[in-house]
Amino acid sequence: MSLLFAITPALPLGEAGKYVAAAYIVVFVVILVYVGIMAMRAQRTQRELEELRRDVEAVKAARAELDHDPDDGSDQTGAGRSERSEQIA
Amino acid sequence: MRHNTYSRGLPGLALATVVMLCAALTLAFFYAPLDANQGFLQKIFYIHVPLAIIALCGFVFGAVMAIMYLRTGDRKWDMRSYVAIHMALIFGIAGLISGSIWAKASWGHWWVWQEPTLVSYLIVLLLFATYQPLRFSIEDPERQSLYASVFAIVAGAFVPLNFIAVRLATEYVHPRVLNLEGGNLPGPMKLTFYVALIGFALLYVTLWKFEMSAKHARAQVRRLRRTLLGDDAGRPYGRSAAPL
Repeated sequence: MSLLFAITPALPLGEAGKYVAAAYIVVFVVILVYVGIMAMRAQRTQRELEELRRDVEAVKAARAELDHDPDDGSDQTGAGRSERSEQIA
Repeated sequence: MRHNTYSRGLPGLALATVVMLCAALTLAFFYAPLDANQGFLQKIFYIHVPLAIIALCGFVFGAVMAIMYLRTGDRKWDMRSYVAIHMALIFGIAGLISGSIWAKASWGHWWVWQEPTLVSYLIVLLLFATYQPLRFSIEDPERQSLYASVFAIVAGAFVPLNFIAVRLATEYVHPRVLNLEGGNLPGPMKLTFYVALIGFALLYVTLWKFEMSAKHARAQVRRLRRTLLGDDAGRPYGRSAAPL
C-alpha cells in the first residue's frame, strides 16, 4: 500500500476533497444499508427454517409414538393421529 | 423442494464485483488524470454517471421482465421485475445524492431546476417511486402483479423517450462527455469510467441475484410450512408489496 502511494501523485484534498469524500461515502452507506437490511431478512428466513425443522421433527416424533402404541385400536389410530397433528400445528 | 437457481454462481459474481469496484476506485484516484476545469472534484463522475446509467437500465430491465410476466403469466417474472425496479431505485437514489453533492460543489446549488437532465431524471425516479405504493394498495396478488406489470412497462418505455427528449434539448449546463462516436473523454479517463461502469453493473446483477435468492428461499419456507401445517400457517402476516 505504501508503494502504491509512493508511485502516485499526492491527491489535492482541499475544498473539493470534502465533496468527493461525501459523494463516495453516501454511495457506500446506501449500499451498506441495503445489504444490512437484506442480511437481517436472511436471518429471519433462517429462524423460520429452524422453526420449520423443529415442527417437522415434532410431527415425526408424534407419528412414531402413535405407530408404536400397542393399546390403540385400528379405529382410534386415525382419529388420534389427526388430533395429535392438530395439537402440534 | 425446487433448487434455488438464483444463488448459483453468486459467490463468484460477488468476488468479480469486489475486484472490479476496487480496480475502478484505484484507477479513479491513482491513474485517471485530474480534469482541467474541475480538478479533483471530477472524481465524482466515476460513481455518479455509472450509478445513473445502471439505474435507468434497471428500470428498462424491470419493464422487460414485466412484459415476460404478461406474456407467460408466470409469477417468477413478476418477482424478477419487482426486484429489478427495487434495485434500480436504490441505485437511482445513490446517483441522485452523489449528483446533488457534485452540483453543489461545481455550480454552487444542490439542485438546478432549469436543467432538463436533472429534472427528467428526477421525474423518472419519482415515477418509479410510486411502484411500491401501487403494489401495496392492491390486496389481491393476481391483480397486484397485473397492474404492477402494466405500470412497469409504461414507466419503462418512458425512460428511453425521456432520454431522447433531453438529448434534443438545446439549453443545458449538464456536460455531455459520452456519445455514439466515443465522446470527448481522454483515454485514461475513459478506461476508468468503463471499469467503474462494469463494476456497478456487476454490483447491480449481484444484488439482484442476492435478493432474488433470498425471496425464493422465503417463498420455499412459506410453501413448506403450508404443506406441513396447513393453509393458515403459510399466510403472510399482513399485506405485502412484494410478490408472494
